Amino acid sequence: MVEAYLRQSALAHLGLEGRGAGARGAAGVAMSERPHRGIVNLRLDPGNAEAMAALKAAFGFALPAAANTSAGNTDTIALWLGPDEWWLVVPGPEPEAGPALAEKLRAALSGHFAAVTEVGESRTCIRVAGPRARALLQKGCPLDFHPRAFVAGACAQSILAKAAVTFHLFADESAAQAGAEGPVFDVYVARSFAEYLWAWLEDAGAEYDVAVVA
Amino acid sequence: MLLIPCPYCGPRSEEEFSYGNEAHIPRPKQPDKLDDAEWAEYVFMRSNTKGVFLERWMHAQGCRRWFNVARDTVSYEILAVYEIGAPRPELELRRDV
Ligand SMILES: [Zn+2]
Repeated sequence: MVEAYLRQSALAHLGLEGRGAGARGAAGVAMSERPHRGIVNLRLDPGNAEAMAALKAAFGFALPAAANTSAGNTDTIALWLGPDEWWLVVPGPEPEAGPALAEKLRAALSGHFAAVTEVGESRTCIRVAGPRARALLQKGCPLDFHPRAFVAGACAQSILAKAAVTFHLFADESAAQAGAEGPVFDVYVARSFAEYLWAWLEDAGAEYDVAVVA
Repeated sequence: MLLIPCPYCGPRSEEEFSYGNEAHIPRPKQPDKLDDAEWAEYVFMRSNTKGVFLERWMHAQGCRRWFNVARDTVSYEILAVYEIGAPRPELELRRDV
């Protein structure tokens, strides 16, 4: 893993915190980087009831079984990626989150046929929120982002402006914590694509007015 | 643009998929026993069907799984999707195309 004092986010050189308005204001879209999330890729047969139960006991929630859905609590989020594949994400930026998460999974799955792979250092997360967030993402992705089709908790791997991304609708318009702020999307992208994708989002979002928030 | 129903993720745009050509071509059990003509048959020869074609697709920008699709190569209509290893689907063959 990267030494914490050497750690730089994928978008550090853009100086986003210097541009940060702190709040969205009247802008249609609010964007920020949510870097350094601990992310672990898990491969496991969902038919392995014993292992699934062990994970539920360790994390306090069951891995999502339905396609394109997520589960979780404030500490950890599980995103469905495939019929035997998930991401577990620690949403905070604590430098030890990834290794600790992987260790927790390995302990819970000891003796079971599974693969636990830390992938957090290869990604960053761009948060796209606000009342025009759906319209902005729809410009570059063939998924249906209509509020009836893409609801709170939904996740999907797809492409955004040709870059491979994983979408997670953290909260939608109806969620209490979002309220009038509109839907909150977390867009996970490979860090080598992060600058390109950020620039594309700002450009595509210009007509809605993009605020860079903390 | 095709809307391809991934058996795992549901309907997704063709952009997310890559194509794997004809399905149900078994790898030779004893490759060292094949002569050149048999190798050519396995590697290169495909049926180039006009009509219902059984083919492989991979959800490259999604779940990254391979699966099989029955598609009409004239109308591009997708008639069935099924998992790798599953038997060929029973299909009503259209004769009007
Ligand atoms: Zn899929």
